[in-house]
Amino acid sequence: MSILINKNTRLLVQGITGNEGFFHTTQMINYGTNVVAGVTPGKGGEWVFDGKIPVFDSVKLAVDATGANATVIFVPARFAPDAMFEATDAGIPLIVCITEGVAVQDMMRVRNYIDQKKARLIGPNCPGMLTPGESKVGIIPGNIAIPGNVGVVSRSGTLTYEVLYALKLVGMGASTCVGIGGDPINGTNFVDVLEMFEHDAQTEKVVLIGEIGGTDEDKAAEYISSKMTKPVVSFIAGQTAPPGKRMGHAGAIIEGGAGTAAGKVKALEAAGVKVAKHPEEIPSLLK
Amino acid sequence: MKLHEYQSKLIFAKYGIPIPKGRVAATAAEARAIAEELGGRVVIKSQVLVGGRGKAGGVKLAKDSDEAEQLATQILAMEIKGLPVRKVLVDEAAAIETEIYFAITNDRAARKPVMIASAAGGVDIEEVAATTPEKIIKVNIDPLLGLREYQIRDIAASIDLPREYWKDFIKLATGLWRTYSETDATLAEINPLVITKDKRLIALDGKMMIDDNAMFRHADLAEMRDIDEEAPAETEARKYGLSYIKLDGNIGCMVNGAGLAMTSMDIVKLFGGEPANFLDIGGGAGSDKVAAAMKIILSDPNVKAVLFNIFGGITRCDEVARGILVAMAEVKPKVPMVVRLVGTNAEEGRKLLENAKMITAETLADAAKKSVAAAKGKK
Repeated sequence: MSILINKNTRLLVQGITGNEGFFHTTQMINYGTNVVAGVTPGKGGEWVFDGKIPVFDSVKLAVDATGANATVIFVPARFAPDAMFEATDAGIPLIVCITEGVAVQDMMRVRNYIDQKKARLIGPNCPGMLTPGESKVGIIPGNIAIPGNVGVVSRSGTLTYEVLYALKLVGMGASTCVGIGGDPINGTNFVDVLEMFEHDAQTEKVVLIGEIGGTDEDKAAEYISSKMTKPVVSFIAGQTAPPGKRMGHAGAIIEGGAGTAAGKVKALEAAGVKVAKHPEEIPSLLK
Repeated sequence: MKLHEYQSKLIFAKYGIPIPKGRVAATAAEARAIAEELGGRVVIKSQVLVGGRGKAGGVKLAKDSDEAEQLATQILAMEIKGLPVRKVLVDEAAAIETEIYFAITNDRAARKPVMIASAAGGVDIEEVAATTPEKIIKVNIDPLLGLREYQIRDIAASIDLPREYWKDFIKLATGLWRTYSETDATLAEINPLVITKDKRLIALDGKMMIDDNAMFRHADLAEMRDIDEEAPAETEARKYGLSYIKLDGNIGCMVNGAGLAMTSMDIVKLFGGEPANFLDIGGGAGSDKVAAAMKIILSDPNVKAVLFNIFGGITRCDEVARGILVAMAEVKPKVPMVVRLVGTNAEEGRKLLENAKMITAETLADAAKKSVAAAKGKK
């Protein structure tokens, strides 16, 4: 078993004919992901990838014709909110948005809308997901991870690759790797994914990769100490990051002193999590 | 993007929020002329993009235009937290009865905008929030519904705003909501919002921050950016869509992805080095962007070594390698460079750099150790 994606994932690609969309669809197909359709408004009726994958004008048309049950979004930031709304309205239960730089007020609208419709959004500004040996949805390079029993969840993109790669070098594999994205407002948080790993039979240990800002890691620590039976190892990026040049008082009023790397490390350690000093130390802490 | 007080207040006024009469001045003579127009009694306020201006002596009351000129001269010669004062705002002095704190910002944990108000407005609001949090009223706003009038009435009642001001307050709060939502602000703050002795509500001070990711739909606001307040390298970086923050160390870092960039800095420090910058080239950077990034790093004279740590995903290592070669041909760098390429098209990238005389590294720790050694002049 794995979480969120597996061999039965029937993937739609929004923005399939764009530069990034095309490149990474190629990679996903080569990995073995079942890509069933693409959407590019204005290019409906075309066939791409040697005539194997149909392109549709809208997500609804693509879903009706192909039974896609997940979508990955590669469209530019200004069009990404619309793409997420469209996927939600077409009834797709799993939406993965890779796009970086979506405006935060757009994301607040998207997230509040999606919550009402019971769809799950991963991202935006994320690398997507990888269930090694079965399916890859997004941009995580397939060759840096092998199948195994470690669940990986991360707010960062490339830092996640480091960890997968470090695991692979010592022969450790991943059940599923989920990049939840680095934006302040995203679709899925640490606790959501930890809960899925806790209930997944294949996952025996979990790696959580966090960074400065927000309170998501603190909530994860709470969940780990109260609900989780599987061991968790963590790394928090940004120990040396300079404090932001802040102006105005509202941020301090809302978040108080929360969000520092030191505070997160302390909360996780108090919850029994081993916290690595650098990502390449993670495999030894998992043993 | 941060806006100056005077810019924020001009935007407030556009959305019907009352502000004091006043204008911005770049010289003491201009400040005097504005003071004369306003009848003499004015406040001279330094316009720099940092907090704590008042406590640093950058806000002064003048009783007449002579004093206004004299104080403007003083303030225009000041530096506040390292930033030279280039402009002052000359505002009519208000006779203040009450100071209120009022703002709308993003509540990350609630994933909604939040309206914040307190009857204890003024410079010590953060102190109030820390010691007597019950004096801070917060109301989340549904981003799909917008701010509703009943929520404004609830806030007004919670801060004990006398009923005679409710009508004006509703208008003002609606204006602040429109300011926040129509400009894609991440912060729209009035502190203090005052009730004057002649019973008017006025936004005496204003601060706004605009979401850089939303700038594509706000060409008018983009023009308000004050590049005098930024380090030139940061302006240059923004032009290329790079995220760059200058730091005090001597190891230049070029990394893809913010998390990995922070981690690379952390590891450099862990192994005894000091990073010269944070630089995230973002996802999918082409060779031109990489070349620009490299020039920005090398423009810092403190840089004694450069660390390239690229883990390709959406970014292709061969594109990065091409960018490095373009920049090297142009800048001819004299400092040692450590490069680590892993992931998408890493093999192709490494081949391109074979003849470039760079120090190569396999692991992240290895790359950090080698760049720390290189910066110290060791092989």
